[in-house]
Amino acid sequence: MSFLTKYIKSFTLFELMKGMALTLRYFFKPKVTINYPNQKGPLSPRFRGEHALRRYPNGEERCIACKLCEAVCPAQAITIEAEPKPDGSRRTTRYDIDMTKCIYCGLCQEACPVDAIVEGPNFEYATETREELLYDKEKLLRNGDIWENQISENIRRDSKFR
Amino acid sequence: MDTITMEIFIGVLKIFSFVVPVLVSVALLVYLERKVLGAVQLRKGPNVVGPFGILQSFADVIKLITKENLLPSSSNKFLFIFAPMLTLILSLIAWAVIPVSSTYVIANINIGILYLFAVSSFGVYGVIIAGWASNSKYPFLGALRSAAQMISYEVSIGFVIITVLICVGSLNLIDIVESQKNLWFAIPLFPMFVVFIISALAETNRLPFDLPEDEATLVAGFFTEYSSISFGLFFLAEYANMILMSSLTVILFLGGWYPPLDIFPLNVIPGIFWFALKVFLILFVFLWVRATFPRYRYDQLMRLGWKIFLPLTLVWVVITSSFLFYFGLLPN
Repeated sequence: MSFLTKYIKSFTLFELMKGMALTLRYFFKPKVTINYPNQKGPLSPRFRGEHALRRYPNGEERCIACKLCEAVCPAQAITIEAEPKPDGSRRTTRYDIDMTKCIYCGLCQEACPVDAIVEGPNFEYATETREELLYDKEKLLRNGDIWENQISENIRRDSKFR
Repeated sequence: MDTITMEIFIGVLKIFSFVVPVLVSVALLVYLERKVLGAVQLRKGPNVVGPFGILQSFADVIKLITKENLLPSSSNKFLFIFAPMLTLILSLIAWAVIPVSSTYVIANINIGILYLFAVSSFGVYGVIIAGWASNSKYPFLGALRSAAQMISYEVSIGFVIITVLICVGSLNLIDIVESQKNLWFAIPLFPMFVVFIISALAETNRLPFDLPEDEATLVAGFFTEYSSISFGLFFLAEYANMILMSSLTVILFLGGWYPPLDIFPLNVIPGIFWFALKVFLILFVFLWVRATFPRYRYDQLMRLGWKIFLPLTLVWVVITSSFLFYFGLLPN
């Protein structure tokens, strides 16, 4: 009997019709596409995007040149040089991140004791040349100034889970 | 102007009145295919170029034309350039006998179906020449597959056409459509209709039978080495062939330009509209099938052609002819 049903099924193309009914149902389902440059998907507060160096509200750099980020960076993308300032505080003279090496693991922001280096919510920083991706301190601080509002908001929203 | 030049002029106009709509519908079909595939996969498909992305294909054509046409150094240059031209020409000249309404056809010849069959069989030469002239392994394998596949499925298509011809008693495409005025052949000959659509998929190298261009194993099959507009010509020819096979299905089985019911609001609409609508529905089935099924393996394809379709169509030829003979319904 199963022999017979098998033949009936294959000659009436039963399975094929079932498959086509499924695709037809999907054909009329609402689409999941997001029109990317015009529409963007939601980002988690923990999203790890482009790096930024933050400042205190009075404009002073947070970074104290402890070099923990440099030490923890698994891709060795961070280079830091430091010397004492005239007022006696340790400050970086050089803070470079090679964005072509960075693997966006987020260990630098985990390691930072003063929340100075963070990975912000920006992910749209494609460049036309490789050199533009070798970020220096100036560029990172500028990023910090641009994204400070969103970064501090993200840190606040994530703080209760830390 | 004397009468002969006038006639030539009208003939050329008539040819353009077929070729231009076919080429435009090829562009729209490519767009439609991407939209249908997108919709089935819960995507939107092209929606940026022009309203709803409808100009996407034209943008693609411009891109293809402006690219460099590479000639592989080891290829046979003449045949390499000749093959895509041949393929496109063959897919366009077949339109000479396709009647889109009871009066509008370029050449109303008495052996129309035979001509169509000959031209579509000839189509395999373009593929074989392309595969051979490329002088590269994947195109060659693709060409061999294509040859075997097209020949296998042409046999069953031949028997399907014979079944229809037995019912009509004429090789003229207009006669074939007119004998379906009251009953479309898709109803009494339903199994043949299904076999024809499946064979048409294989004949036009569409999924699930697109082994000649099987990108998973053969890169791009017989047009791996092609670039720029010579690739575009193959592309154009493939879609023109799809439209051609759909029109053939409509003519043989779905009553050509006749409305589904011969009642008032339907039969005042011009026949060409019904023809286009039916072709569109068959094309949608082509795309729908592509969105649904995985590709056949090569031996499965051959098994389906020779061990299932050939006996099935053969038996149906016998059944149909004995039925018609027994009840005295054979056309004279």
